[in-house]
Amino acid sequence: MTTRVSEDPVTDRDIRKTPLNRAHREAGARMVPFSGWDLPVQYTGVIDEHLAVRTRAGLFDVSHMGEVDVVGREAQDFLQHVTCNDVSRLSPGRIQYSALTTPEGTFVDDLLVYKRGDDDYLLVINAGNTPKDVDWLRYHAKGYDLRLEDVSDRWCQLALQGPRSQEILQPLTTAAFAAMKYYTFVQDNVSGVPCIVSRTGYTGEDGFEIYGPAEAAETLWYAVLGAGAPHGLVPAGLAARDTLRLEAKMALYGNDIDDTTTVLEADLAWILKLEKGEFLGRDALLRQKAEGLTRTLVGFETEGRAIARHGHKAVSQGTEVGTVTSGTFAPFLRKNIGLAYLPIGLTPPGSRFTIDIRGREEPAVVVPTPFYTRAR
Amino acid sequence: MFPNDRRYTKEHEWVKVEGQAATVGITDFAQKELGDIVFVELPEIGRAFALGEVLGTIESVKAVSELYAPVSGTISAVNTLLSDKPETINLDAHETGWICKLTLAKLGELDELMDAATYAKLAAG
Repeated sequence: MTTRVSEDPVTDRDIRKTPLNRAHREAGARMVPFSGWDLPVQYTGVIDEHLAVRTRAGLFDVSHMGEVDVVGREAQDFLQHVTCNDVSRLSPGRIQYSALTTPEGTFVDDLLVYKRGDDDYLLVINAGNTPKDVDWLRYHAKGYDLRLEDVSDRWCQLALQGPRSQEILQPLTTAAFAAMKYYTFVQDNVSGVPCIVSRTGYTGEDGFEIYGPAEAAETLWYAVLGAGAPHGLVPAGLAARDTLRLEAKMALYGNDIDDTTTVLEADLAWILKLEKGEFLGRDALLRQKAEGLTRTLVGFETEGRAIARHGHKAVSQGTEVGTVTSGTFAPFLRKNIGLAYLPIGLTPPGSRFTIDIRGREEPAVVVPTPFYTRAR
Repeated sequence: MFPNDRRYTKEHEWVKVEGQAATVGITDFAQKELGDIVFVELPEIGRAFALGEVLGTIESVKAVSELYAPVSGTISAVNTLLSDKPETINLDAHETGWICKLTLAKLGELDELMDAATYAKLAAG
């Protein structure tokens, strides 16, 4: 039996550890290399952890994510220039999902922009892209009156996700979470530790992302696990993180979006604000909008038991027409789902095609997304 | 840990022989490595396989694994329980999670395989 695992290959860099590495090993987690970090892929099992997040709550160590401070008089102007969403819509305490775009309108990275104040922003970026993003930001920041700093090593980050998240976290903090809207954040103490707490997440559930000083990581981790135990909170790993985000149709950089896919093709027009004014990639995206897309990212289900994976080819009428970017067995929906770039003609829901899975043509159908939406 | 009534391959399969009938599965070590198994592609009854040929695949949420024939033979039965409940392999890889049965083509191939003690060392790393 040989195993082909759909995870990142280990790079030549030394593997890095988050401040919670010991905590994961003590919990019996299976550890794997991911984007250069030694991280838990699972504790009890991906299906258990996925279902826990959908029905109760799960706690993820996401300390490998990158954080960048952008502070100064021209911080907003700069962020307007390098991202495709409209930063001027943010008020202090609000967050937007956005992208760093290339002049071709493709992705350097997707990210969250947190506005702390008119001259004070925090960017949260993908772990694997942190060095590249920081280099990109520094290059494009030349001439702007601002200070840019990679503060990733200062922060740990925990993601508490699931319908019980608010009742678990509330006793540990003073902020009133019941009133806290999605995509907003507060600065508050969690179990006495000064943190940023945002109502955000990568699972499609209600939840919170907790940013704390790296040295307080274990304090926070055990405090939240302790508060969550009566509610059925469990630690959850990378495998569940991937199945959860895919059910919720959230993009993964490197799989679904990269520097060859435009913001429009990636079905992310909702983060693109062409009317805000000049930004990197605006001309290319305006052109593409005028000409019309030739392909776009869509969701599909496969009807058989085989799972479509990243790289599998989509076939229609005997011709290869596209590629699967992400695919999995969806533990909550109990279906095989995935995302693929397909020609525009094949993208209306109900369109049928096949996927070449290890030499066999497996029937697939385009479905509306997200595959899963939480009850509100 | 690993039952003594069978032999093991480097690819983490086990094969239990009774006369000319061999039952094949993957080890408990292998199922832990794979994680939650969601699909098993079983071989066709009646098909002949040479030692080392791909018998089928075992798909977990994160990974796909090929199952290799530990011995040469013809498929006489497959565990149809795995079509509905592939997770049986996770729960009991050595007994109810058996994958297929073969009628042996040659008897000598078993000597090349590991006993339980030797395999335990391999699994321990």
